[in-house]
Amino acid sequence: MEEVDVEPVITNIPASAGKHLGFTWGPGDILVYETLYKASGFVGSGSPFIHEIRKDEDIYSPILRKLFNESHHIFVGLQTVGEELPSKNKKAQFVSVSKNYRSVIRACMEELQQVAVSTKSPDIATQYGNQVSILLAIELIWNLCEVLFIDAAPAGSVLLHLLDWVRLHKADVDEKAKEVLQSESPAEHRDYWDVVVSYILQGRLEEARQMLMKQAVLHPAARNMYKLMDSLLSKMPFYNPGGTQTLTEFHVKWSLWHEEADHCLQDNSFSSNKHLELICKILVGDEDTLLEHKELLSTWYHFLVTRLLYCHPTVKPTELHHYAQSCMTLFLESRSVPEPLDSILLAAFEFDIHQVLKDCSIALNNWWFVAHLTDLLDHCKLLQSHNLHFGSNLREFLLLEYASGLFTHHSLWQLAVDYFDHCPEFGRVYLELQIDHVPLDTERKALKVLRICEQRQMPEQVRSICKIMAMRALRNNRLGSALSWSIRAKDAAFATLISEKFLQDYCIRGTFSDLDLIDNLGPAMLLSDRLTFLGKYREFHKLYGEKRFSEAAKLLLSLMTAKIAPRSFWMTLLTDALPLLEQKEVIFSADQTHELMFCLEELTSSLNATPASEDRTMQDEDMEQTKVELLRLALARNLAMAIVKEGTVET
Amino acid sequence: MESINAKYVSQKISKIRWRPVSHAALQQPDIFVTGSWDNEDNKISFWSTGNHETSANDDGFEGDPQLLCEQRHKGDVLELQFLDPDRIVTASSTGAVTIFRHHQNNQAISLCHEWPRAHYYPCDNAPCTGVVCSSPEIVTVGEDGRIVVFRADQEGVNRVIENADSSTIHAVTYLRTTEILTVNSIGQLKMWDFRQQSSSPAQILSLSGDRVPLHCVDRHPNQQHIVATGGQDGMLCVWDMRQGSAPFSLMEAHSAEMWEVHFHPSNPDHLFTCSEDGSLLHWETSSHSDISYLQGKFLSSQCHLNLSMISKNILNKCSVLIFHVFLNFYFFIFLKCVSGGRNNSTTSRSAMAPAGGNQSLISTWLSGESSKARLETTHMLPSQTLSVNTLDVLGQCLACGTDGEAIFVNRQVPV
Repeated sequence: MEEVDVEPVITNIPASAGKHLGFTWGPGDILVYETLYKASGFVGSGSPFIHEIRKDEDIYSPILRKLFNESHHIFVGLQTVGEELPSKNKKAQFVSVSKNYRSVIRACMEELQQVAVSTKSPDIATQYGNQVSILLAIELIWNLCEVLFIDAAPAGSVLLHLLDWVRLHKADVDEKAKEVLQSESPAEHRDYWDVVVSYILQGRLEEARQMLMKQAVLHPAARNMYKLMDSLLSKMPFYNPGGTQTLTEFHVKWSLWHEEADHCLQDNSFSSNKHLELICKILVGDEDTLLEHKELLSTWYHFLVTRLLYCHPTVKPTELHHYAQSCMTLFLESRSVPEPLDSILLAAFEFDIHQVLKDCSIALNNWWFVAHLTDLLDHCKLLQSHNLHFGSNLREFLLLEYASGLFTHHSLWQLAVDYFDHCPEFGRVYLELQIDHVPLDTERKALKVLRICEQRQMPEQVRSICKIMAMRALRNNRLGSALSWSIRAKDAAFATLISEKFLQDYCIRGTFSDLDLIDNLGPAMLLSDRLTFLGKYREFHKLYGEKRFSEAAKLLLSLMTAKIAPRSFWMTLLTDALPLLEQKEVIFSADQTHELMFCLEELTSSLNATPASEDRTMQDEDMEQTKVELLRLALARNLAMAIVKEGTVET
Repeated sequence: MESINAKYVSQKISKIRWRPVSHAALQQPDIFVTGSWDNEDNKISFWSTGNHETSANDDGFEGDPQLLCEQRHKGDVLELQFLDPDRIVTASSTGAVTIFRHHQNNQAISLCHEWPRAHYYPCDNAPCTGVVCSSPEIVTVGEDGRIVVFRADQEGVNRVIENADSSTIHAVTYLRTTEILTVNSIGQLKMWDFRQQSSSPAQILSLSGDRVPLHCVDRHPNQQHIVATGGQDGMLCVWDMRQGSAPFSLMEAHSAEMWEVHFHPSNPDHLFTCSEDGSLLHWETSSHSDISYLQGKFLSSQCHLNLSMISKNILNKCSVLIFHVFLNFYFFIFLKCVSGGRNNSTTSRSAMAPAGGNQSLISTWLSGESSKARLETTHMLPSQTLSVNTLDVLGQCLACGTDGEAIFVNRQVPV
């Protein structure tokens, strides 16, 4: 058994002291309630409340919902990123997917920021502010993972990417610069040098030179010094991954420049201006100078990147962890324990993907980030070596967790379906279990859920949904609707039950309800015997109504002889034959009449065989008897007429 | 494609409608209303597409819909219609029918009138599934199979047809002022004449045999006998109400439920459909005059297909050509369906000329015989996996809403 890495989070339930709590697991949340523990016969009034504990509060945030919806779209697109593409092109695709994810995070962050600023409620402002900082950290980690794992840039370009990474996440320089430039005399602004130094620290030398130009104009005396600095800055070589220059050539060139800068420092070229001297010290990568400007660097990873830029520009990705470790120790000397974010980033620099994912899972309060990042990394084939002791693999495990969270949401459950679809091993089982929990308020929603199940060939669930809807219709006495649902589910037993109801209705009222449905059953009629009978019996009524007597008679007879009609209904059918028998012209032929008589005898003999039930009143008995007598009479008369008629035709 | 604006709105959209504009002013609509479903708190929301100076010039948000105001709505919004430019009627899953007023000057919404249990079961709620109105008359239909007629200016119910349908009525529309059309879940199209007091339909039309539920219906704006419906299998049916009880033509459109079909109100050669499969299609029949170069190529092979595969009253069938255009990470797939079929009953064709006798008025939707007609369809949305529940088109503006909690607005529809 593995040890638990972190202390469990404690949630306080408002309950009176000394009471016991019971709980039940839900699909995504826990229900907690007070129980009555009667040790000594004490009966107290328990709290009437049931508390619902959600583990994932974020899915209820209206703004984060946009993140879930947009990333769902990207996720689905990623799953189909061309299998046929050669792996080279795939990498570009994956990087672009990663950027899409990040831009969604950014958009979401901006909106949260806006709301946090504009809201009047301090609670909401803090809440949103917290969410912004979480998203900021997520984006920072994601971006680093993109550089190191997905893009996997080689030595030389990796530093350029890291520089972009730092520039993107230390954007306050730009705000400060804007402020400085908009002031009346930028060169005398108190933040002027901060901006210049920050530019240098981020390797934005062009911008730094332009800023310095403003200062140079003010100090014509120190013109040469500024000119020297300008040329030093302009000469600094940057690696160009697309160019023809090899890494060694670049390194030689850079070393020459580095020596030149060092030389300037040695001969005190800038000693008369402490700012320029500082810049020069940074350019030669002086560690102590860098550490003196912690507040401008603000983070150890900024320090790392700056240090690499001015000391080891051709650093190999595999060497990063060494520098990262030392920079972190140097930078954080005062603080004893690194924060979770620091260790996550450090793990990333160590190329320990699993540590990154693990730490993120622990530190973050939702599964969105780890699930999507893991999925992307898995597509890049970076996670193959790792197996879990449980479930399928890490990607699937995290996706299932995330999707299960979504499924508990009253509205976002639809998104989860696509996530389950892309979990080959357990996705389907999860979906099957969860889809049953979707409340079916309207037929529209039922149809949507049904479509999901039908598309994925889940007959069990299809049947259950149709049954729920059919039962509901039946309860509301909507026989037509109920029948439609059971036909859709191909639920023969239920169709029989409803057909039975229709026939009962007919026996009571003497007319059919819901003719529009019964008349249009079509092939669906064959679902159950009883339904077939219902449809055919109605057809008989139609034929009779249209005065197509001989066809009607034939159909009526076949209903009994082919045993489609239930025995209990035979009397009704025979009674229906009465008016046909009484017509002036002969409708039933002699043979048919014989068959009718046979049916009647079979019916009466079976009725006599069963002991008369007690609840049958004498009156009923009499009625029945009269009916049989009448039928016999009519049959006999018809037989006589038929024989005469058939005989006449023959001669 | 740049003309399409997408906005995520944090609620699944079930209905979207443009606010009507006066025909005389020739202006484009700029305000639409949406209704949500499946949320804990559902809402109706008014949006502006930002024709106003406020958002047009700065920060590149041009055309991005801006929320004007919103109001809670009890239950899912299952239908939404403008009664007049200031008032909307909603159908709720609770069975209620509600009139809301939108106050334009202070962007507020107020409840005008509510019929709480317009549709009901004896001991349960019956969702109201469809509303159509022609001020002041409001006709609603529901899962309870009732057709109810209200008047916006009266408290009570004007007329009820109990048991109008044994199954759920999914949608309703006007055919003429006194006649309405309903479609139900067993594939029937029923016509009701309110001049008659009887509670049975004046006409029942249906697809023979297969009982595929129909979900939406719309009437040709000029030629009232032409009706289009969409069903569960994604088929688009065009019916001629004057003849036959079966559809005039059947076209494969979507791979799942078609939720809405709309003729373009002023240019009815164009038709729009949207579906559970996540697509929005623009259908265009070209008039007789512009004979397409495509015809010669496809028609001959297609006629065989038509006549052999489909029953004889179904004349048209699409053949599908797929062009892939790969743009960034979206796939835009243009489907081109070229449709046409040779006439197999000349007599019925001659009956098709409207009373006026003007040949050019013969609708291209019913010109199955003329090899001069062709039908072209275009996908209007980037690849989408979640259902497009609703669409509305007015002038050059098209809006749709999805289960992916996004609304799409295209203000340059080529019509």
